[in-house]
Parts: sequence; structure tokens; C-alpha cells
Amino acid sequence: MRQPDGSSTFLTTRVETMLRWVRKNSLWPLPFGTACCAIEFMSVVSSHYDLARFGAEVVRFSPRQADLMIVAGTITDKMAPALKRIYDQMAEPKYVISMGACACTGGFYRAYHVVQGIDELIPVDVYVPGCPPTPEALMHGILKLQEMIQNGETHHDRLKNRNDDAAAIAG
Amino acid sequence: MTASRTETMTLPQSQADLLPKEGITSVELGEDGHTVLTVEREHLVDVLRSLKETPGLDCDFLADICGVDYPQRDTRFDVVYHLGSLEHGHRFRVKVPVAEDDATLPSAYGIWKAADWFEREAYDMFGIRFDGHPDLKRILTHEAFHGHALRKDYVPSQRWLLTEENLMTPKWATEKRANDDHMDTQVLNLGPSHPATHGTLRTIARLDGEYITEAECEIGYLHRCFEKMCETHGWQQVIPYTDRLNYCSSMINGVGYALTVENLIGIEAPPRAQAIRVILSEFSRIMDHAVCLGANLVDLGALTNFWYFFQIREEIYGLLESCAGGRLTVSYARIGGLEHDVPLDFEEHVRSLLASIPKFINDVDKLVTTNKIFRDRTENVGTISAEDALAWGWTGPCLRASGIPYDVRKAHPYLGYDQYDFDVPIATTGDTYARYLVRMEEMRQSLHIIEQAIDTLPPGPVITDDHHVALPPKEKVYTEMESLIWHFKLIFDGIKVPPGEAYGFTEGANGELGYYIVSDGTGRPYRIKVRPPCFAIYQAFPHMLEGTLIPDAIAILGSLNIIAGELDR
Ligand code: SF4
Repeated sequence: MRQPDGSSTFLTTRVETMLRWVRKNSLWPLPFGTACCAIEFMSVVSSHYDLARFGAEVVRFSPRQADLMIVAGTITDKMAPALKRIYDQMAEPKYVISMGACACTGGFYRAYHVVQGIDELIPVDVYVPGCPPTPEALMHGILKLQEMIQNGETHHDRLKNRNDDAAAIAG
Repeated sequence: MTASRTETMTLPQSQADLLPKEGITSVELGEDGHTVLTVEREHLVDVLRSLKETPGLDCDFLADICGVDYPQRDTRFDVVYHLGSLEHGHRFRVKVPVAEDDATLPSAYGIWKAADWFEREAYDMFGIRFDGHPDLKRILTHEAFHGHALRKDYVPSQRWLLTEENLMTPKWATEKRANDDHMDTQVLNLGPSHPATHGTLRTIARLDGEYITEAECEIGYLHRCFEKMCETHGWQQVIPYTDRLNYCSSMINGVGYALTVENLIGIEAPPRAQAIRVILSEFSRIMDHAVCLGANLVDLGALTNFWYFFQIREEIYGLLESCAGGRLTVSYARIGGLEHDVPLDFEEHVRSLLASIPKFINDVDKLVTTNKIFRDRTENVGTISAEDALAWGWTGPCLRASGIPYDVRKAHPYLGYDQYDFDVPIATTGDTYARYLVRMEEMRQSLHIIEQAIDTLPPGPVITDDHHVALPPKEKVYTEMESLIWHFKLIFDGIKVPPGEAYGFTEGANGELGYYIVSDGTGRPYRIKVRPPCFAIYQAFPHMLEGTLIPDAIAILGSLNIIAGELDR
């Protein structure tokens, strides 16, 4: 970067760190909202709580255009194949936040038609407790995810490391 | 529930003489004001038809059909019909006992179209078959499901997994078909996860160009087994589950449930609790209409209004949170009253909301009501006639938009609604625009009710002093032996509701919200059947779609206010 006096300043970093910094600040969420929690998700993106402050407000309903899936609501056995399919359609790197007791564990529905936690189906990075979680709690979850992205602790990173290791051993 | 309410529903003697003579094995008067008929299966259709068609009886409204399982009886199942006349106000409960090995009944679809999905649900949950039903198949559970979940011998946690290969596709959708010009038609799948379907609804439509020629809806994607969960929990523990039926206005559900159980026990909530229930229910109605209209407008491309309307919700959340501790799922009602009294600044808070909410409504009003684009998109779109709406079992704002002024708060007042002055807004055109207008006006009427309720808010306790139902105050528990015993008994055994049954109904945000509750005298409900208003409304949706454009389908869907939690339970 050229300074007014003609000298230059440098910022040295690793590409990896730079990429993580970029990724964490431009999360595009795909709200997989099925139930009551989805209404609280609406609150989070509405004017009062305004998720835009954390760079994660570009809500996209197409899995191809999103990298953060927020599962907000109960997932039933009937819904399960749809959830799995939509997750598979998202491009890497992708992250998952499980919002609310139902998505985390089935909540208080220990019942014949309810998935007892979405980690039966897809990997989860952050679990946000609550029934429904308050908007603050969900925002905390998103900040937590950003931290994990910066530190390389997400499921995506683990998967990548494992693949790299496997490649190193094989090669 | 006040005595007057039961009276408005009871059949006068002059009309009781009109009942058909054949096929009815018993006639009783239920404690909930319903005339209870037990009918032989062979004569069921004749009896139902004469209930509908005999002048003086005129039961034009079928509220609900459900099954109840009594495994120890010879005739294992009761199939229970709830119906009534909007004109006269009387209500019937028709019960038909059937045996397990011969659980087949004639379908009532030919009499009321509303029977369509209710019969499918009874088939899905109990395995009861209905002869002559146009398309009897599972509705709430999925294709790979085995058994019938609400039978008493079904284990509540027994799951069956569904894989992608087993997904439902209607038979007609797999056929290739050409239109009149010998061009191929297409089949389009919308949902269950689609931005315009508001949650978990799925519609499969055949398209000829942009026109829909045939459609089918698949529901059950949010079937969370509410009714089975109720049977495994105590009476008070059901209240958090009711919150999650129509989660946009959770207070109303809890109040409706508490009223029905109170009716079964024979108690009434104290006046202060009743007034607070009215205030918070009306605020919930406003919230519900706000999110319905807001989402409807977003689908039509008018995003701004959503922010205006959502702000109403945020403001009301503040009030609910200060009373109940929760924003969305409040769990504030209790059998016999309320969990605790409202905070000291309640009145002030309510008045400040009364002052601030009209602004948001007016803002949207100015932006939308006379907006040409909006009117072009909604007028004459999704029109339904009054007769059709009633035949499908519609209630609430959607029915009133077609011109029938049926509102439970007026027709069968509860919680002292008869003491408040308010209008029931109606429209006559029955289209999407009419439904918008009715909801807008209802929000204003609700504010008007709240205004009166807060002016006359009585002091006093907020929960009954009947210690079979409510815990005694803490000071007494620590100082009096008797109170200590009551406390102990209630905590350990829970409320006991005397054996009996009742159908209690209130005006939910979306129409008549009914609870049919059967108690066997133990600490848990024997059977709770919810009559969700949007279930009846949504079953007409595929039929309304025929001949419309795809974008209109989205506009219509939004105006019906289908809430999956309540639809699928
Ligand atoms: S966690 Fe609670 S609020 Fe969220 S979807 Fe489940 S029941 Fe509804």
C-alpha cells in the first residue's frame, strides 16, 4: 500500500488466515426453518436485532448460494431426506448451526416422528440451546462460529486436515 | 366458561324433536353444551345427512372428525364427529363405535367436503377406513411408517426411517400428459423447503404453461406427535406443547386448552386472570395477523412492510416477556388461571403499546391498501364463495372474508367477550385482497378490546383457590399442615380431572381452535384432539389452485396463513 510520503507498508499473513478472515465475515446463511425457532430467526434478521451488524445477513434460500445452514426448528423423519439433500447441495466450505433444542436433540418431542437431533443426519458446528433460543443466543452462536472459522476448528477444517493427512500418507 | 356459553350451544327441545328416529341409540346432553348422539354405523350417513338438511337443525359446519381408542372394549374405536349450525348456534357430537376387525365407516365427504383430510387423519392415526373417500391414504406420517400411532398399544418413541427412495409422488404426477394443443405439461414440485411455502408445506402441481391444471398438497413435515405427547404427560405439562401449535400466537392456544380442562373440572379462572387472558390473547392475535400479512406481502415483493409489521411483534414480545418470561413460547396460562400475576408496570406497558401499534398498521395501510400493484395481484385472486368456504370447514378471518360473520367470540362468548364492545369485520368478495382487509381491521378491533379490558382490569388473584388444581401460596405451605399436604399431592400426582369429555373451542388467530378432550380420571389426558383451523382451510388449497397462475398460488397461500405447527401438530 503506497503511503503519502511515497513509502510502502506491508502486512504479511498466510493465505490461509486471510481466507478464513474473509469467510468468517461474509457468511451467507440458508435458513432451514421449519417451526417456532424459524420465527425467532426472523427476529434476528429483522430491524430490531439486525444480523447485518455481524456480516451474516445475506439470507439465501438456494443451497448453491449459501455457506451457512441454520437449522431452525424440529426436523421430522418425513423432512429428514430433504434436509440431507439440501445440505449435500451446498458447496464447500459449509457450516451448520443447529438452532434450538429440537434441532439439537429432538427437544421435548421424544416421539415417533421426530429426528432426535440433526447430527443423526449432518455434521453440526455450533449447537445453540433454547426453546426457542433468544435472538441474542443465536447471534452468540454465529459469533462463535466466526471464531471457529478463524481458528480453523470447524467440521470443514477437520475434514480437510484428515484428507490432507491421508493424502500425505498415501503419497 | 360461563354458563351462558353452554346455553348458546344447547339444542332447544322444539328442535330436538326433529332428530331422525332411526339409527340413534342414545341422545344425551354433554356438560360442554353439545348434544351427544350415539349412532349405529349402518345409519350414519342418513343421520348426518338429516342433521345437515333438516330445516331447524341445519348443521352446515363440520368442525372435526377424530378417533378414540378404547382397547378394552369390544367395539374398540369411537369415531367422533363434531358439527354444528352457525345459524342456530347448536352443536352436536356424533359418536360411532366400531370394532377393530371391522373398522370401516361410510365417508362423510359427500355431505361436507371438510371431511376429506379429517378422515385421512383418522385413517393414518387409528387405521379406521372410510368407504367412498376419494383418496384415503396416510396424511401426517410418512410412506415408510408402519402401524397407527395414536392407538394405545403404539409405543410413543417407535420411529420408522424414511429414505429418499420412498418419497411420495402422487400417481398422476408420474404420468405424461399433453394439453389441448398437444404440448407436454410439466409437473412442478414446490417444497417442503421452499422460501415461498413458509416452512414445511409441499405442493405438487401440473402446469400447462404458467397455469396450474392439477395440484396436490402433502403435509406432515412438521408432525411432532402433539396428541401422543399429551397422552404421556400430566395435565399441566401439556401447556408448553400447546404453545407450539400455532407458535405465532402461542398464548391463544394455551388459553383454549386451559378453558376446556376447566370446563371438565368445573372451575373458572378468577376475573383478573380472565381479563389478562383476553388482553394477551388479543395482542397475540395482532402479532399473528402481522406476521401473516407481512409474509404475504414479502412474497408479493413488498419487503418494507415486513419490517414495519415485525416491529409490532418485537414490541409485543417485550410485553409477553415481562409477564411470562418467554417471548415466543410463553407457557403463561395454567389450568385455573395464570402462572403468576403480571408485573407492576403492566398497565402502563399495555397503554404504551396501544399508543404505538396503530402507527405501524397505518403505515402499512398507506403503503399497501390502495396500491395498484398490490390490488392487481390480489383482487379476484383465490376467490372462494361463502358456501364453498363453509363446506370445507373454514373459519376465522378467511371465512369472514367470504362474507360469513362467524366469530366464536361473538357467537359463543367466553372469557367475558360479551362484555366488550367490538365489531366482527367481514368482506364479501372472498379473494386474497378481502382476506388482507379483514385482517387489517381485526387488528384494530383487537386494540379496541384491549383498551376496554385494561380500563376495567379487576384486582384480585390470578389463579383459582381450588387446591385440587392450583398450588397453595408459599407462605401457607410453610405454616399450615393442610396446605403442605395439598402442595405435596399436587406436585407428586398432578391434577386429576374427573372422567368425562368436552369439546372446547375458542377463536384462534386463524379460526375456530377446538380441543376435544377425553379424561379417564387419571393424572394424564386419555385423549386430546386438536381441531386446527388451518387444517380445514388448507385442504381446500389444492382445489383453489386449479386454473390459477403460479405467482397467484403464492399470493393465495400467504393469505391463508397456514402455520405448520398447528397444521401437522
Ligand atoms: S426448540 Fe422449541 S421453539 Fe425451537 S422448534 Fe423446537 S419446540 Fe419450537
